[in-house]
Amino acid sequence: MGAPDRSRPRYAGQLDLRHGAVDMSHGSGGRAMAQLIDELFRRHLGNALLAQGNDQALFRPPAGRLAVSTDGHVISPLFFPGGDIGCLAVHGTINDVVMCGAQPLYLAAGFILEEGLPLAELARIVESMAAACNDARVPVITGDTKVVERGKGDGCFITTTGVGVVADGIDISGDRARPGDAILVSGSIGDHGVAILSQRENLGFETEIRSDTAALHDLVAAMIEAVPEIHCLRDPTRGGLASTLNELAQQSGVGMQIREQAIPVRPEVAAACELLGLDPLNVANEGKLIAICPAKHAQRLLAVMRAHPKARDAAIIGEVFEDPLHFVQMETAFGGNRIVDWLAGEQLPRIC
Amino acid sequence: MHDGAMKYIDEFRDGELARRLARTIAAEADPAREYRLMEFCGGHTHAIYRYGVQDLMPANLRFVHGPGCPVCVLPISRIDQAIAMAVEHGVTLCTYGDLMRVPASERMSLLKSKAGGADIRMIYSTQDALAIARAKAGRQVVLFAIGFETTTPPTAVALKVARAEGLGNFSVFCNHVLTPPALKTILSSAGPDGVQLDGILGPSHVSTIIGSRPYDFVPAAFGKPVVIAGFEPLDVMQSTLMLIRQINQRCCSVENQYTRAVTRDGNRKAQALMAEVFAPRDSFEWRGLGHLPHSALRIADAYADLDAELRFPVVPGQGKEIKGCECPSVLRGVMEPTDCKLFGTVCTPENPMGACMVSSEGACAAYWSYGRFRKPKPAAEAAVA
Repeated sequence: MGAPDRSRPRYAGQLDLRHGAVDMSHGSGGRAMAQLIDELFRRHLGNALLAQGNDQALFRPPAGRLAVSTDGHVISPLFFPGGDIGCLAVHGTINDVVMCGAQPLYLAAGFILEEGLPLAELARIVESMAAACNDARVPVITGDTKVVERGKGDGCFITTTGVGVVADGIDISGDRARPGDAILVSGSIGDHGVAILSQRENLGFETEIRSDTAALHDLVAAMIEAVPEIHCLRDPTRGGLASTLNELAQQSGVGMQIREQAIPVRPEVAAACELLGLDPLNVANEGKLIAICPAKHAQRLLAVMRAHPKARDAAIIGEVFEDPLHFVQMETAFGGNRIVDWLAGEQLPRIC
Repeated sequence: MHDGAMKYIDEFRDGELARRLARTIAAEADPAREYRLMEFCGGHTHAIYRYGVQDLMPANLRFVHGPGCPVCVLPISRIDQAIAMAVEHGVTLCTYGDLMRVPASERMSLLKSKAGGADIRMIYSTQDALAIARAKAGRQVVLFAIGFETTTPPTAVALKVARAEGLGNFSVFCNHVLTPPALKTILSSAGPDGVQLDGILGPSHVSTIIGSRPYDFVPAAFGKPVVIAGFEPLDVMQSTLMLIRQINQRCCSVENQYTRAVTRDGNRKAQALMAEVFAPRDSFEWRGLGHLPHSALRIADAYADLDAELRFPVVPGQGKEIKGCECPSVLRGVMEPTDCKLFGTVCTPENPMGACMVSSEGACAAYWSYGRFRKPKPAAEAAVA
């Protein structure tokens, strides 16, 4: 917020960020709520549009088509190796907005806080959100805070809505995969899911794996600049690579053939999955994307991706072919062939 | 997975070795006959589909899926009983993940009961259930124990720990079953009307506990060869070759391919532990196989105070099968998953009608997830490539 804002009330004392906790008054609409917003949310997330101080943020849309996406974040635990719910709520929504080739502009954030959440934890979350917004150059311009009674939430839920703009001439959509197209992935898969799992108290295994949570708009911009002919982009979050490829195959009405040996998986992730009986293809990612483009542009796209810090391990993992049944199939490292199916049921609840 | 080797695992999934083995199998398999090999364990079924092992086999070799999937053979009435314990007695029921979605009677499941308010927890080990009991001194915690000889020793340990710690709020709903009686039932029903088998791929993990000796009756009484096979795809292929050689030479014996883990006598310590804590049941119902004598374990009298069946008596349910579900026939090996009218129409992993579609070790789920459609591959290419 910068300089003291005289339009705001003064408070008896500062928020006790060391020992304090969220209580019902922080969602009441009264002075306590105003103080929480001022001393935590505005202080860290502040920007000119948020400073308008109204129930909405006003801005003039730029030329082009607007892209909007919303995403609720309920991850447990709130803090995990490589990130926390705050930065995840920024990255996740930015990624959803940009998978049509958009440049992200703004975010809106809704917080549902549980009575008893330590203010120190909330401060860490908001600071992490602010850092993610600054890195991404995408500010939170409006927000909302509610508090629910102890036991009715799980610390903190964050819903973020993002808006972006797509330049004319860009046509990226899940229904555009065509037979002959190449399928690329931007890096190793399964890191996020395994990092979260390693923190679940009832699993008790230790790993060096960190979540890959990251905003991918700069990568997407570089990819589109080099290969405007990209047909599809999607981030393989819940359900992992397997479910995302199946979504795209269904939407485009095509089949896909991928090669197990071409898919980047860290040995630690493969080992953890082996131990837990999971398939890395089904495990969630938060900083990876799948790209589908005409085969003749695939090498150029791959080179651009590998030159970008967020896709150093990018790989061409397969191709699209004609298949009236829209199956995704995989040549196993073993030499056989098998179907890669949607994830059935719930592999890991509350992963994002 | 190009990012580096997973030590001690990749060696057993080497594609080059697999192709070499496939060539040997193709060369030695007699084209004039068929080879019908039952993989008893769901773990083998899973490996065969997941790695595409069938693609590497000659066309006249068929894997017949056996009943060795603990979730699949658990009769519906036992799941009904577990639900009743959670709902009527209000216990905290601890269960392995696979069981959550198994359909019970009246379209219920543990998952639906949980959504309806029952306290049902998914656990990864018996230790988790003990930890929950320790943390919730005021609540009764029941471990829903299932599985073959592999998972029985950990349950025995949990019972001993609970006894030693005086955990008065912990008990076990015991559903542990035994492999040899099931194998005997399958082989007894083999024939023109039942399943036709030329050999058995024997269990891996079960055999680490019981050893290879308990399978001696298979060649002796039924004249079929057994090869105890590891769970990795190369294990399955090598064991298949060993079976083919026995069949071709018209001999039958119990061979052990999985020598890195299985001995003739098995794990004596685990066996002693099981004998101390459990006692054989006179009879137990298996889904698909019916009531089999001496085929399961109950909690021994010395530990009866930790037996959830005694502590939380419920009226045994009917265990109604869903109409049209062919799980029982699939479990006996007499039907392929695709022979079932429900397969892929109303029964899918998202909406399972029978247990074989739930567990990753179930034949229907493995077939649906990995093999319901294959790109036609010329047999010659598959076998010789």
